[in-house]
Amino acid sequence: MIRLNLTVPLGDIPALLLPALGDTLIMVGVVMAIVVLAGVPLGCLVHNLAPGGLFEHRVPYSVLSWAVSIGRSLPFLILMASIVPFTRLLTGTNIGIAAAVVPMAIAGIAFFTRIVENSLRGVPPTLVRVARASGASRLQIIRTAQLGEAVPSIIGGLTINTIAMIEYSAIAGTIGAGGIGYVAVTYGYQRFDHGVMIATILVLVALVASVQLIGDRLVRLTTHA
Amino acid sequence: MISIEKLSKEYGIGASRTVVLDNLDFQVATGEIFAVVGPSGAGKSTLAQCVNLLERPTSGSVIVNGENLSQLSEKQLRIARRRIGTIFQSDGLFSRRTAADNVALPLDYLGVTAAEKKKRVGELLDRVGLAEKAGHYPHQLSGGQRQRVGIARALALRPSILLSDEATSGLDPESTTAIVALLKELRDDLDLSILFITHEMDTVLQVADSVAKLDHGHIVESGSLVTLLRDANSALGQALRPRRGVEGAAAADSVWFVGYDAPDVRPDWVTALAAELSVPISVLGASIESVNGATVGHATIGIAGVDPQRVSAALGRLGLSARLDHMAPASATATVTATATATAAAAAAAAATATVTATVTTTLEHVA
Repeated sequence: MIRLNLTVPLGDIPALLLPALGDTLIMVGVVMAIVVLAGVPLGCLVHNLAPGGLFEHRVPYSVLSWAVSIGRSLPFLILMASIVPFTRLLTGTNIGIAAAVVPMAIAGIAFFTRIVENSLRGVPPTLVRVARASGASRLQIIRTAQLGEAVPSIIGGLTINTIAMIEYSAIAGTIGAGGIGYVAVTYGYQRFDHGVMIATILVLVALVASVQLIGDRLVRLTTHA
Repeated sequence: MISIEKLSKEYGIGASRTVVLDNLDFQVATGEIFAVVGPSGAGKSTLAQCVNLLERPTSGSVIVNGENLSQLSEKQLRIARRRIGTIFQSDGLFSRRTAADNVALPLDYLGVTAAEKKKRVGELLDRVGLAEKAGHYPHQLSGGQRQRVGIARALALRPSILLSDEATSGLDPESTTAIVALLKELRDDLDLSILFITHEMDTVLQVADSVAKLDHGHIVESGSLVTLLRDANSALGQALRPRRGVEGAAAADSVWFVGYDAPDVRPDWVTALAAELSVPISVLGASIESVNGATVGHATIGIAGVDPQRVSAALGRLGLSARLDHMAPASATATVTATATATAAAAAAAAATATVTATVTTTLEHVA
C-alpha cells in the first residue's frame, strides 16, 4: 500500500492554493491582454506584408517573420533564463509575478502572431477582393474582410494560447513567480507532499478544462456556417 | 456607358512575360447587357479585375461615362471603384454578416449614417425580393438567394456599371434563369450597363444583347446576339446555338446548315422550298426561338439530287442563310461557299467530308 506523504494538513490546502490560483489568473490574464494587444496587429502585419498581401513588402516581412520564428523556437525555460537582464531592466527584479510576465508575454506574442496570421490565411481571398471592389480602405479591409471573418478561428487560437500560458506560468513558478506552479514546485516537488501535488493537478486540470469549454462555446457562438 | 480601349495586361518581365489581355476594344452602351464568353484561361477573370479596377492594366483605358479611370491614383481609384458594382462568382458574401449587413458593406465603407443605411438596405433587399430574409446569415440562404444578396450589395452605391463575373456559374438552371431575369429587370429600371462575363453559352442566350468571344487574350468575334445567331457562317453564332446531334442523312443527300437571316422568315419555308425545288426536304435538326424579341432559328436539312447553287439561291429568296455542311460523294461536283465544318452526322457522311472540302476548294479557285 502506498503511504501518502502529507506535510500540509488536507484542511489547509485550500488556503494555500486559492491565493496561488489568484496569482496564476492575474499572471495569465495580464499576459494574455498584452498578447492580444500586440499579437493581433503583428499577425495582420505579417499576413499583409507577405507576398499577395495588402502591403506586400519582402524585407520587413522577412525580418518580422524571422523574429517571430526565433521567439517560437526557444523552449520557454531557456527564453526565460536568457532574457533575465532585459526583464530586470524592465521590472527591476527577476522574481515574482512582474518578472514572469515579461518572458511569458514575449513567448505568447510570438505564438499568437502566428495564430492570427494562420487564421487570416484561412479567410477566402475573394472576400478581400469584394471589400476592395466595394470601396474599402486597407484598414477597413483588414477589419472587415480579414479579422472580421477570422474571429472564430482567432478565438480558437486564443484558447490554445491561453492554455499554453497557464503551462508557462507553472514553468515560471520554478523561478519564484508565484502562482499554482510555485506551490506545485515548492510543496509538491521539493517537499514531496502528495496532497498538495494532487490538489494542484486537480486545480490545473479544472482550469484548463474551463478555458477550453469557454473557448469552444465562443467559437460556436461566433461561427455562422 | 463603359468603354474599354486598347486594354492590355501583361504579367512578368523578360522571358517569363505573358500577355493575358491583348489590345481589347469594346463598349457597353447604357442599358445594354454585353456578354464576354470564352474558355477558362482566355483571360476573362483578368478582364473582370481590370474593369473593376482591382488590377491596373499594363496599357489602355477603362472609360466610364467619359472619364478615364485607368489613370487615377490609388486613392482616387478607391473612390472610382464605387461607380462600378461587381457581382462575384459564388456570391462572395461575408459568412459572419447577415444578408442586410452584407448589403450594407459598401455603405459602411463609405460611412453613411445608420438611418440612411437602414433605409437603403431595406430598398435593396426589397428590390431583389429578399426583404423577409434580412436577418438570415448566408449559410441559411440558397445559392440563388445568396447571389441576390450579392446583386443587392453591388447596387448599394448606385453604380451605373454592373460587372458580373461568372455570377451564375455554379447555380442550378432555375436559379440562373431567375438571376438573369432579375439582371434584365434591373438593367431596364436603372439604365445600367452590364458587362456579363461567363463561360456558359446557355446563359448568354438568355441574357445578352451583344456578345464577344475572348480567346487567348484576344476578342476573336463580337456582335449583337441576334446577328450572330442569324449568321450561318459565324463560329460564335454556332457555338451559342444549342448543339444537338443531327439525324443521319441518306447517302445521296447534301446536308445544309440553314440560319434565319431575315426577321420575316415564313414559318412554312420547308414546304415552300420543297415546292420550288420539286424534291422532298428532310429536316434533320432544327430550333426556332425568340431571342431579345427577334425570331432566331436554324435548321439542318437534307436535299437529294439538286444543284447546290439552286438550293443556295432558293434558300436566299426565303430569307435564309445557307451553308453546305457536307455532301455525299455522288453529288459533290458543284461550287458553293462551303466551310466544311463537320457537325455530328452519320459516320459515313463524315468520312466523305474531307473529299468534299477538297473538291469545293479547288473548284472555287477555278472560279476565282
